[in-house]
Amino acid sequence: MTTTPLAARPGRAWWRVPPRHVPVLATAALLLVMYAVGVSQYQAFSNIQVVFNVFIDNGFLLVVAVGMTFVILTGGIDLSVGSVVAMTAMVSASLLGDGLHPALVLLIALLLGPTLGFAMGCVIHFFDIQPFIVTLAGMFFARGMCTWISTTSIPITDGFWTTAAQHRIHLGENFVSISVLIALAVLAVGAAVLAYTRLGRNVYAIGGNQQSALLMGLPVGRTKIAVYTISGLCSAIGGILLSFYTLSGAPLIAVGMELDVIAAVVIGGTLLTGGSGYVFGTLLGVLVLSIIQTLITFDGTLNSWWTKIVIGGLLFVFILLQRLVGIRTK
Amino acid sequence: MSTARARLAGVTGHRLFWPLVVLLLLLVANVIYRPSFLSVELKNGHLYGSLVDIVRLSAPLILVALGMSLVIATGGIDLSVGAVAAVSGAVACLYISKQPDQNSLAVVLTAVALGFGVALLLGVWNGILVAGIGIQPIIATLILMVAGRGLAQLIAEGQIITINSDPYKVIGVGHLLTLPFAIVIALAVTLLVAVLTRRTALGMIIESVGGNAEASRLAGIRSRRITFLVYVVSAACAAIAGFMMTANVSSADGNAVGLWVELDAILAVVIGGTALAGGRFYLGGSVIGALLIQTLTTSVYAMNIDPQTSLLFKAVVVIVVCLIQAPAFRARFRRRRSVPVTPVEPVGTEKEQVPA
Repeated sequence: MTTTPLAARPGRAWWRVPPRHVPVLATAALLLVMYAVGVSQYQAFSNIQVVFNVFIDNGFLLVVAVGMTFVILTGGIDLSVGSVVAMTAMVSASLLGDGLHPALVLLIALLLGPTLGFAMGCVIHFFDIQPFIVTLAGMFFARGMCTWISTTSIPITDGFWTTAAQHRIHLGENFVSISVLIALAVLAVGAAVLAYTRLGRNVYAIGGNQQSALLMGLPVGRTKIAVYTISGLCSAIGGILLSFYTLSGAPLIAVGMELDVIAAVVIGGTLLTGGSGYVFGTLLGVLVLSIIQTLITFDGTLNSWWTKIVIGGLLFVFILLQRLVGIRTK
Repeated sequence: MSTARARLAGVTGHRLFWPLVVLLLLLVANVIYRPSFLSVELKNGHLYGSLVDIVRLSAPLILVALGMSLVIATGGIDLSVGAVAAVSGAVACLYISKQPDQNSLAVVLTAVALGFGVALLLGVWNGILVAGIGIQPIIATLILMVAGRGLAQLIAEGQIITINSDPYKVIGVGHLLTLPFAIVIALAVTLLVAVLTRRTALGMIIESVGGNAEASRLAGIRSRRITFLVYVVSAACAAIAGFMMTANVSSADGNAVGLWVELDAILAVVIGGTALAGGRFYLGGSVIGALLIQTLTTSVYAMNIDPQTSLLFKAVVVIVVCLIQAPAFRARFRRRRSVPVTPVEPVGTEKEQVPA
């Protein structure tokens, strides 16, 4: 009998967690459970290198997901990211093949994505066309550019690229690649921009209610164009990281990647209606997706399509959770 | 003079004017490239020709676009149609491949019924998520878009199921009364949907739900039931499209069947003048949109351009058509044409009415 008030108190303390943090915490809990399952089932799973490999294999996904978080926070969507990633990798591979200086190639490749993002943002803002349609056109455009450059895969043999790809930064017995550091840097910058800058506040304000943001005198147009440009930049960086990872540019690489990215952002607790979510949640979302893949690889008996089914199931659970949290706050 | 001008403005202002102009331009370009493009001939009682081919190949897209129009009319969107087409095609082909006599009509009918039933279940699932639980349509259907592909591969166990069934093949490449059977199906479904929505109050009810679901509910319309229904209809249309696609090649590949058809269908609907915000739908426009997209694809093939590069053309056409149709773009263009206009209405006022 005496235990009831004791049990109730921690319960009440738990409810004091702001509702907007619940999805992120749920993702974190899920991640821990999945990691624990992995460690308990497979001996090699407890090796720290497994965690590092998750980052090495999915650094580009993380970078692109950070950009997507910005877009989704404003209530928009960017379907072009996968194609822009492929286009960036293709352009770098092709220009390097032509013997251009790596620094110049890097500059051009990093400018392409933001330019396309800027153009899409302008069309979305000035002509009031749905982001879905505009970025769909962007997706077709970038994918078309890939095959226009070359229909076959182009290998990269440039010294700078191969060094960047193969260089190992040792941490004790384990190592990470340069890409991981770049990805984490992008993550930190993205989180800081969203949390501490005027642009970040504007992004949340527009996602919460565009009409109110406009009436408050916030630069709605500029911010909307900015988020698509940011997403383009992140996709471009993601494309460079992918070209480090594969050391080639292939026209059909990263097909359907936009779905993985959107799934990661949603699982990370960001509302697709905009206005609520964190870059940190996106990191957790990407990690959840990659741990699923790692678990399936470790298992060996499950087939790759289970990844898709599990991701779909997780999406369902998290969307339901968001829905429940949303009802409670109302 | 002024009446003629007004009439001209009326014609160019019609929502189907620019899509039709683009379609016509594409056809003219094809004729210039290959003069025999327009010729249609009768061989063995069947119609053959490039135009017939375009319509036959666009049949699946027309079907998917019809269902998508209804979904978009309610203010929703259905991203799962491609996955649903893949699943229903895989189920039908799997059933046929397991039977001893693949050419039996009864087997094919059972297979189609099975595939159709599974698709209806998937539609019900989407409907429950959107209408029952109240999840945003784009996410609710995203679940099935991702998981459905996995499901299709699971059904086929990662293999491409090949079948050798003549009755099933008819769905994709057969003929009925000189016309390809696929065209007949697409035509029949189009007419059915058109009659059901435009000759009864159903169409108006769907539009009113898209305009304002809550207001329609207060007016006595069962909004949730209507929303639920359109997702089931969309899945049913996708299933028929899935049968056509798999029958075309006599095999079911869980990864390839209906890949990106959802995007093409949404494009077709938007090109046809249906706004993604919901509240209105134009079936004729969606059909023309689907024909436009297929004509574009076929022209690119015919002109020996790499099929993947056709995406470039698609991007350009999409953006041009959408821009021409966008009220904000038209307002700007009009203002620039008639220069000395007194106090220009700020663009902002027009924008505020459109929800993001």
